Amino acid sequence: MRPFLYSRADGLDHAVQLAREGARPIAGGTNLLDLMKLQIEAPERLVDINRLPLGGIEPDGEGVRIGALVSNSACAADERIRRDYPVLSRAILAGATFQLRNKATTAGNLCQRTRCYYFYNIDTPCNKRRPGSGCSAIGGFNRIHAILGTSDACIATYPGDMAVALAALNAQVEITTAQGRKRHVPVRGFHRLPGDTPEKDNVLEPGDMITAVALPPPAGGRQIYRKVRERSSYAFALVSIAAVVRMEGGKIAAASLAFGGLAHKPWHDPRIDELLAGAMPSDALADKAADLLLEGAQGYGDNDFKIPLARRALKAVLREATGDAA
Amino acid sequence: MTRLLTMDAPDERNRLDAMAQGVIGKPLDRPDGPAKTTGTAKYAAEYNIPGCVEGVLVTAAISKGRVASIDDSSVMSMPGVIAVIADERMTARSAQGGAGKSPVRQIDRVEYWGQPVALVVAESFEQARDAAKHLRIEYQADEDAIVDQHDADAPVEPYGDPVVQGDLGHVMKQAAFAVDVTYTTECHNSAPMEPHASIAEWDGDKLTVHTSLQMIKYNVKEMADALGLSTEKVRLLSPYVGGGFGSKLGVSVEGAAAAVAAIKLKRPVRVVLLRQQVFQCVMRRSETTQRLRLAADKDGRLIGFGHEAKVSNLPDEDFAEPVTQASEFLYPGKNRTLRVDLARIHLVTAGSVRAPGEAVGMQCLESAMDELANQIGIDPVELRLRNIPERHPSKDIPYSSRKLAECLRDGAKRFGWSADRKPAQLRDGEWWIGTGMATACRVHNLNEAQARVTLRADGTAEVASDMTDIGTGTYAVLSQIAGEMLGLDIKDVSVKLGDSNFPPGAGSGGSWGAPSTGSAVFVACEAIRAELAKRLGCTETELTLRDGFATAGNRRVALTDVLSGDHFEEVGHFKAGKITDAFSAAMYGAFFAEVGVNAYTGEVRVRRFQGTFGFGRPLNAKTATSQCMGGMVWGIGSALTEDLVFDKRNGHIVNPDLAEYHLPVNLDVPKLDVVLLDERDPAASPLQAKGVGELGICGAAGAICNAIYHASGVRVRSYPITPDKVLAELPEP
Ligand SMILES: Cc1cc2nc3c(=O)[nH]c(=O)nc-3n(C[C@H](O)[C@H](O)[C@H](O)COP(=O)(O)OP(=O)(O)OC[C@H]3O[C@@H](n4cnc5c(N)ncnc54)[C@H](O)[C@@H]3O)c2cc1C
Ligand code: SF4
Repeated sequence: MRPFLYSRADGLDHAVQLAREGARPIAGGTNLLDLMKLQIEAPERLVDINRLPLGGIEPDGEGVRIGALVSNSACAADERIRRDYPVLSRAILAGATFQLRNKATTAGNLCQRTRCYYFYNIDTPCNKRRPGSGCSAIGGFNRIHAILGTSDACIATYPGDMAVALAALNAQVEITTAQGRKRHVPVRGFHRLPGDTPEKDNVLEPGDMITAVALPPPAGGRQIYRKVRERSSYAFALVSIAAVVRMEGGKIAAASLAFGGLAHKPWHDPRIDELLAGAMPSDALADKAADLLLEGAQGYGDNDFKIPLARRALKAVLREATGDAA
Repeated sequence: MTRLLTMDAPDERNRLDAMAQGVIGKPLDRPDGPAKTTGTAKYAAEYNIPGCVEGVLVTAAISKGRVASIDDSSVMSMPGVIAVIADERMTARSAQGGAGKSPVRQIDRVEYWGQPVALVVAESFEQARDAAKHLRIEYQADEDAIVDQHDADAPVEPYGDPVVQGDLGHVMKQAAFAVDVTYTTECHNSAPMEPHASIAEWDGDKLTVHTSLQMIKYNVKEMADALGLSTEKVRLLSPYVGGGFGSKLGVSVEGAAAAVAAIKLKRPVRVVLLRQQVFQCVMRRSETTQRLRLAADKDGRLIGFGHEAKVSNLPDEDFAEPVTQASEFLYPGKNRTLRVDLARIHLVTAGSVRAPGEAVGMQCLESAMDELANQIGIDPVELRLRNIPERHPSKDIPYSSRKLAECLRDGAKRFGWSADRKPAQLRDGEWWIGTGMATACRVHNLNEAQARVTLRADGTAEVASDMTDIGTGTYAVLSQIAGEMLGLDIKDVSVKLGDSNFPPGAGSGGSWGAPSTGSAVFVACEAIRAELAKRLGCTETELTLRDGFATAGNRRVALTDVLSGDHFEEVGHFKAGKITDAFSAAMYGAFFAEVGVNAYTGEVRVRRFQGTFGFGRPLNAKTATSQCMGGMVWGIGSALTEDLVFDKRNGHIVNPDLAEYHLPVNLDVPKLDVVLLDERDPAASPLQAKGVGELGICGAAGAICNAIYHASGVRVRSYPITPDKVLAELPEP
């Protein structure tokens, strides 16, 4: 860990000012501190935002506004979230461990960085960590890597679970800019694909601070979060699916699906939601949805299995969501 | 006084059962438990020593070559930095178990990625770690580093003497049933909870090291040899060890580094391995490729048996994973071929990881046995029962006590085993459900050991040995042995361990710690009993000791009165003599598992896991059960998740932390049902006890592999059995 300056913000304005001066927000620290110890990240200044009044879950029109500092545990346990947005609660509980979720925050979770093995090893090339140095995962061990939206520069995934549910729910990220302005970005557009600039995980600009995540009015329906992994807990998703599916008279009235573990961002393909809306559920339909999902999928060797795995997991989720249990 | 017992013949006296205290074998809590749970038990790195400075190792970022230069100036002006040390006394590797001499030093010649090349010392740990990451090092890398045992250019040599009897190739063709399959296992890391750590203090003449090691008597020699000191000048202290699993058998890389720094700087120096370094520069279990050939007659009796393995290690290492160790005696078959080939490659040292040999050998053998049972169409339990040899198939010696058949029968009954082995029959929602079983087997080892027992004038006793407790329960079992022999409540027996000033025990390794050091305690207690008997005018066998009282004939006297102000101090010295060659002695058991295999995703979850074990006398039913459970958890890891991945291009470890090296977590472990059979093995030790620290792994993963097959019809011959491998063979859901 390199020496750094630490300040504690006593209000949002103060935090924004410090951020404008280049300070990096630290919330639960469960990701940032690890990265600093390993010198993958070496911010010179930290602004501790934990004292900011961003820890509430409040009604927001017909929706709900989750403060940036709400802990993952608190969010998952919240009565309204469990009742009206169960997919979010389930996704959070599928991630990390009790201890981590107690510390982890809404904003920190959204901004958590990839778990690419090479990103974590400063003795190996990595374009995300050191732009221009090369991508060690291509041609290396890439079991956990992306099959959708990759580039020659980077094939890392966004590893989180919560954001996959937020993408299915079509939530908005509320950002206060360095100039103190507010802007909203849909979660579906918050993370980005690596392209030529894999060092940028998301659309935050220097000095931007996330203040909340806003959930739209409850969508109802069956809400499923399915996470495939080789051990039952404390492991990132190989593939995950968040599904919000509402049935009417044996047909799918509306569906919203998002996928984790496949790309540099929670993957949402509007064509899948459109295909499902109004359709009779069937295995053929599930296959068509999988065809759309995996249209441009590319394996890199060790992660080839994610292609059939995603297809099969999607089938399982649709069967469950549309009533045909097994 | 020292009393020596060399065990040349079975000890049929069964003295422990003749004692009266009734503490031996009882499921007593470990006396060190409260100190550990309250944080007052001090581990190596936790001593606050005034003036202590912090060292962090710098490790190589190439797999083979030379350190051309180290630029000290790149860090010396950083805050707090005191020194950059690259000294020829520092060790580049950890010592193998029982080496008793320095491991390879030559830190300027890089043989594996992650090898220590220097130590940076600073006032604070954070400063040292920062400087370690900044130290500029020029390497001259060799282009020819081979990092994969399957690389055609990897030099391969036979290890040890192969067993070749009869003509296996011929019977494989002739036999009514034959299985010829190849299984693979990947590298493992034991990653103990407490990382390897040392604090070294040098007083100008003598070195004292608080460290975390398993076998102090060898470690003293290893450390002394590395540093060029005589063993009298080296004192090691390891009263508590936060897990070892073989990775602390020999001195590890931080010890000599801390010592050299302390000597040079004349200040105490603490070096704790970073978690990544625990993976990178201590010890791995070798990956294995195992060909199993099993030939059976029409009744399912083995007539041919082949187990041939290929493993790897660094050049100059004496160790090869002894994959076929249990295969030598577990099953019959006149026509036998057993061999281990060793590929020399440039990955971190391969060494002992809990149950070297059987841990990975048994899981593949037992999977192949399941394939044979399926081919014959008989119950795999029955196949095992039909193949319990009368005498050691190569050495023609008898077996010592062996409760394999009882374990198989008892386990099958408790588990509710069904002999119907048709695969892919049972579904629970999305999950295919199936069961599998495997035999457990681990050789019994003994090691020379000494322990001092003092019966004090106040009627309490102290046991002292450099023996260690690596979380296994040594404190408990030694106090129970002494308590039983001397008729004392175990609260009145204090046990002191892990100090090289104490008599040399067996060390914790190879499951021999309790039977060997326990026997030394037993011998010392016998000597004390003889002294007491003399005072009471009876023979030792006529003496009954219980609750602090001695009874001889119709006299009952308080021990304190017998002692009348004196104390007795005896050193028990135990050696395994001719007994080791006279019998084939091993611990046995049987595993039964039920798994679910997800029909969509290929995920596997263990739903039930049962183990019945026979390993001689259980010395403490609770700690022994815990050892078995721990072993079974390791079995789940070995079956389903653990895979230390090396980058094929340059041999660095891809997943050197506990986030990506996947051990089973609580949710992966169902209720473990462990049964210990009450057994006595007179040929095992004077205690009639064998070891149990490793048995619970040996075969466990095989039961899971077999259950996966039974559940889903998918036979995966490559461990760990991850969803991708299962998925590849699963039908469309
Ligand atoms: C071993 C392990 C396993 C895990 N498993 C999972 C898992 O299975 N699934 C999963 O989803 N997650 C998992 N996690 C990740 C965990 O969810 C994240 O570490 C956590 O959510 C990060 O939140 P935090 O508040 O601690 O963030 P911090 O570490 O404090 O910050 C993370 C990043 O967010 C930025 N940041 C924080 N707050 C703001 C803000 N208000 N505005 C702008 N930027 C901000 C920081 O600058 C930093 O870059 C795991 C973590 C570990 C260590
Ligand atoms: S995949 Fe991305 S994060 Fe991983 S090594 Fe390549 S560039 Fe770095």
